[in-house]
Amino acid sequence: MTEKQLLKGNYAIAEAAVKAGCECYFGYPITPQTEIGEYLSERMYELGRGYVCAESELAAINMVIGATSTGARAMTSSSSCAVALMQEGLSYACSDELPVVLVNVMRAGPGLGYIYPAQGDYFQAVYGGGNGDYKLTVLAPSTVQECIDLTYRAFHLAHKYRNPTMVLADGLLGQMMEPAEFGEYPYPEIDNSSWALTGAKGRPNRKIYSCARDEDIHNEHIKHLFRKYELIAKEETDWEEFNTEDADVILVAFGSMTRNIKAAMKTLRNQGIKAGAFRPITLSPFPSQRLSELAEKCKQFIVVEMNMGQMVQDVKLAINGKAEVDLINRPVGQWLSVEEITDGVNNILNKIPAKVGV
Amino acid sequence: MQVFKIPDSIIEGSKYTFCPGCDHGIAVRLVAELLDELGIRENTILAASIGCSVFLYDFLNVDSIEAPHGRAMAEATGVKRARPDKFVFTYQGDGDFASIGLAESTHAAIRAENLSGICINNTTYGMTGGQLGPTTIIGQKTTTSPMGRFKETYGYPIRIAEHIALCEGTAFSARVALDSVAHINQAKKALRKAFQVQLDGLGYGFVEILSTCPTNWKMTPDQAHERVRTEMIPVFPLGTFKDVTEVSE
Repeated sequence: MTEKQLLKGNYAIAEAAVKAGCECYFGYPITPQTEIGEYLSERMYELGRGYVCAESELAAINMVIGATSTGARAMTSSSSCAVALMQEGLSYACSDELPVVLVNVMRAGPGLGYIYPAQGDYFQAVYGGGNGDYKLTVLAPSTVQECIDLTYRAFHLAHKYRNPTMVLADGLLGQMMEPAEFGEYPYPEIDNSSWALTGAKGRPNRKIYSCARDEDIHNEHIKHLFRKYELIAKEETDWEEFNTEDADVILVAFGSMTRNIKAAMKTLRNQGIKAGAFRPITLSPFPSQRLSELAEKCKQFIVVEMNMGQMVQDVKLAINGKAEVDLINRPVGQWLSVEEITDGVNNILNKIPAKVGV
Repeated sequence: MQVFKIPDSIIEGSKYTFCPGCDHGIAVRLVAELLDELGIRENTILAASIGCSVFLYDFLNVDSIEAPHGRAMAEATGVKRARPDKFVFTYQGDGDFASIGLAESTHAAIRAENLSGICINNTTYGMTGGQLGPTTIIGQKTTTSPMGRFKETYGYPIRIAEHIALCEGTAFSARVALDSVAHINQAKKALRKAFQVQLDGLGYGFVEILSTCPTNWKMTPDQAHERVRTEMIPVFPLGTFKDVTEVSE
């Protein structure tokens, strides 16, 4: 069945996980993602798959680590302040090279914050709150359809590269309804027989651990991880861009804010401003190279995000002084409207008229 | 004539890195013997822990995953739910099992996970050099209770085996010691039951093992075993606190 249905983002993620072959789900309730765990409690039971109402997010992420150590497809989902609790596990899972899948439906922080949406976990996702050198693969959907597509891709990338992969959604996306279709899980089976724990039968025992106790081995292990991250960057970096060819100003956003910058871009074009839009699909790896290329021609980038300016740092690093980079933002709550974005763009452009010729 | 044999489940040629006189060596041997005797080595997955107990994965010839401090029972739960046909067990210290991991340890029992847990109770954090832990007994001096554990500041030690026995999903919970041959034989029986309840699908099997830490206790191995008898057993009585396989008379 590939018919479009009217779907809520959280249910789309949950059923996509089922269709991706998720064998075990472990989770703890938190708004605004609780529907994922509710939906799967019934679905996984029906299908005879694993489901645990974990005692905490600490336990949930470690249950995923345990399940994935056997080569199983497993996931957890949570939100912001509770994803903070999982950072230790993510650091272990990266070092252990386990195909953990984690969905973060962001709410507002810091601390308990509140249940309205925000994008304040960009740093937490991309730079991590755990110890040591590691990187998650991070995918940011902007529509309910992408909640499905990127959940599929998260399972694929996690297993293909044996690296924890996060779907970074937000409360807006989790709670909104849109037409979307599941289709079939589009990726091939990945053979994990060379490393999965299955019991030491007819082969030497396998140990999955982060602790090396030898400097040379430890250094080599981390270098190996970073060679892998380079490979992921080379093969999997993904983005979308709109009207960038002739753009004098490029709006940059991630996740569901993509929708608003695309609309703002159209309004600005109607106002006579040659606006483009750029949207990273993979936040980690970040499409730095493409932004750097675009900055050869376009001299004004404006990042629009629901935080105090997080992704803007990566955009600045990518552009490395070749163009102006400004920020339109609000920390939490009501998404920046198309009007607020266009007004913000005009304000920024009016301060630097030489650059865009107005 | 019976010749002492190194269990097949011990990695050939491995040398214990435990301190002289530490009871971990005996506990590891008992576990290895049972994996041999029950014929389950090749079907076993160990969730190793943090602390001196982590070295188990150097000695046991089984597949293993290292858990962050305290999370062994959560990882074991994940392994077991993904692969219910595997024999899955944890081997943890008292700090790992009963302090930082008390929630995971307890909830695995409450959920009646088909898992086996072993907790080595030596009343201190051994690997970090002898600090106060959840089982440090009243009056005991450690590097973080230099005047001894007094209840007004430090509270009381936890009796883990009794705590786990209170959980409805627990099939077996016992406390044993390794200070004498008789106690070692009892310990092996208890471990066998804690393993067997999992194999029979009856729920959570648990054994707390009173163990020595001569280095941090600043004692000889003999003095350390004497301490187990005179100071620990009175606080942590040996025995079986729950056994669902016992037929009530």
